[in-house]
Amino acid sequence: MKAVSLKGVSKQFNAGVTALDGIDLDVEPGEFVSLIGPSGCGKSTLLRIIGDLTKPTAGTVQVNGKPAERARRDHEYGIVFQDAVLYDWRTVAKNISLPLELLRWNRGRRNARVKEMMELVELTGFESHHPWQLSGGMQQRVSIARALSFSPTLLLMDEPFGALDEMTRERLNTELLRIWQETSSTVVFVTHSIAEAVFLSTRVVVMSARPGRVAGVVDVDLPQPRTSTTREEPRFFELVTQVREGLAAAGAPLGETQEPALVEDLQ
Amino acid sequence: MSAIAVEPSRGGVSALQRAFARTLLLPVGLAALWGLWEGYRWLGIRGHWTWPFRVNDTNMPHVSTIWHAFGQPLQPDGPPLRHYLWHYSLFTGKEALAGFALGALIGFLLAVVLAHSTVLRRGFLPYIVVSQTVPILAIAPMVVVGLGTKGVNPSVGVAVIAAYLTFFPVAINTLRGLHSPDPRALELMRSYAAGRWKILWRLRVPASLPYVFSALKISATASVIGAIIGETPASLQGGLGYAIVNFNQYYSTQPANLWATIIACALLGIVFFLAVVLLERLVLKRAPEHVA
Repeated sequence: MKAVSLKGVSKQFNAGVTALDGIDLDVEPGEFVSLIGPSGCGKSTLLRIIGDLTKPTAGTVQVNGKPAERARRDHEYGIVFQDAVLYDWRTVAKNISLPLELLRWNRGRRNARVKEMMELVELTGFESHHPWQLSGGMQQRVSIARALSFSPTLLLMDEPFGALDEMTRERLNTELLRIWQETSSTVVFVTHSIAEAVFLSTRVVVMSARPGRVAGVVDVDLPQPRTSTTREEPRFFELVTQVREGLAAAGAPLGETQEPALVEDLQ
Repeated sequence: MSAIAVEPSRGGVSALQRAFARTLLLPVGLAALWGLWEGYRWLGIRGHWTWPFRVNDTNMPHVSTIWHAFGQPLQPDGPPLRHYLWHYSLFTGKEALAGFALGALIGFLLAVVLAHSTVLRRGFLPYIVVSQTVPILAIAPMVVVGLGTKGVNPSVGVAVIAAYLTFFPVAINTLRGLHSPDPRALELMRSYAAGRWKILWRLRVPASLPYVFSALKISATASVIGAIIGETPASLQGGLGYAIVNFNQYYSTQPANLWATIIACALLGIVFFLAVVLLERLVLKRAPEHVA
C-alpha cells in the first residue's frame, strides 16, 4: 500500500488557469519526498490536494489506500504550514493537544502525549508559555509537535521553515530528520530551497510551472543519519547540482526559485 | 534552546514606576478638568460671553458648589443628595446591567447566526443597521409605556432600551471577530476533520473575543445611557433619569443638583466600563499587541 498515490491529478482554477496537469506520483511508506519548483508550479496546491483541503479537477488521490477525503476524516495526516498557525489564546501544551481534544482523548492520555511530544521537539519547560512568547523556530517546533501529536502516518509540510533564518532552518532540518526517523512517518515536504530538499529527502520531485507538471525525480542516496557534515560531502553537491539542472531544464530561471509563495496562495 | 522566551521589560521602566505614574495621572487629570471649568467660567464672566451660552452662576456653578451639593439635604432635615444619588444609581445600574447582559447575549447570538449564513447576513444586516438609526428618544416611551400597559414592570422596559443600544456594537464586532481567523487556521481545523460547531467553539469564538470586548466597552456606557433615557418618559421614580427630569425643573434655583446628578451618571458609566476592562484582563490571554 502506498502512503500517497496520485494518478492523473489536474487542477484548474476558476479563472481558467491550469495549476496542475496530469500529476502521477507514488510515495512509499517511510519515504521523505520533497516537492520543489518555481513559484506557480502548484506544489502547495498539490500538497493541499493530498490533504483534501482542495479538490482536484481531475484524477484520483489516495492516502494510505483510502480516497483523500476519507483519509482526512480518519486523521491519516498531520499538516505544518509556513506560519506556525498556533492559537494565541492557548498555551504551548494546549496548542499541541488541540487535535487530541478534537479526537476526544481523555485528559490523562492527552497530558501524557503532550509531555512526549514536548520531549520529541525539545521544548520541555515551555508548556505553559503562550505562542507569542516563543521565537519563530520554537513556534514551528510546536506546530510540528501538534501535527504529530495524534500519530498520523503521514506528515504534510508546506515550506515549514521558509520564514526562518538560515541557521535556525539548518538546525530544524537536522531535528526534523531525527523526528522523522523516531516516528517512522512518511513526509511530503514542499520547499523552494534546493539544499534543504536534498539534505532532507529520500526523493526530490522537481516540478515545472504553468502548468505544474512533474519534470523529474532525483533519488537522494546520501546515507542516514544525516548531519551537518552531510552538507559538505561531494555527493551532496552533486545532488544539489542535479536538482538545479532539473529545475533549469524544467524552465525555471536559475536563481529565481525563491519568489515569495504568496503568488500560489492567491490562486 | 536559548531562544527569546521571555519578553524584556520595556525600556527598563519598572512596573512600580509605571503604577506610580498611573495613580498620579488621576488627580492630575481631575485638576486639569477643574482648571478648565473654572478658567472658562472666570474668563466668561469677565468678558460677558454670550456665545454659545451666557456664563453665570446658573449655567456654570463653581465646582466647589457642585461638590457641596452632594452633601446638602434635599428637604429640611432629610438625607443629603448623595444618599439619593446613590440609590438612584443602584436603581438605574440594575436596569442597565440587565439590559447590558441581555443585549450582549442577543448581539453575540445574532453574530453567530449571521456568521454562518451569507443569505441571512445580506438580508438581515441592513435592518440591524437601520434599527440603530431610529432615534432612541422616540422609541423609548413607546417601549416602556407600551410594555407598561401590558402589565410589565417599567424597569423591564427600561432594560429593553438599554439592551437595544447594547446589542448592535456587540453583534457587528463579534461578526467581524468570528471572521477574523487566518485562512490557514481554518484549514488546520479542516485537516482535523473538525465540523462547524468545533470550528466555532475552538477557533472562531476564541478568536473573536478581543473584538467582543472592544464592543462591550462601547456597550457598557451605552447601556447606562439607554437606561437613563428609558427612565425619563416613563416617569419612573427612583432612577437617575427621573432625577434628571426632576432637577431640571429646579435648575434656575438649584443648578448644582443637576450637575451633581450628571456626575453620578458619568460615574455609573465609568464603573460599567471598568468592570468590562477588568473582565477582559481576566479572560483574554493574547499577545500584548493584540489587546486593545
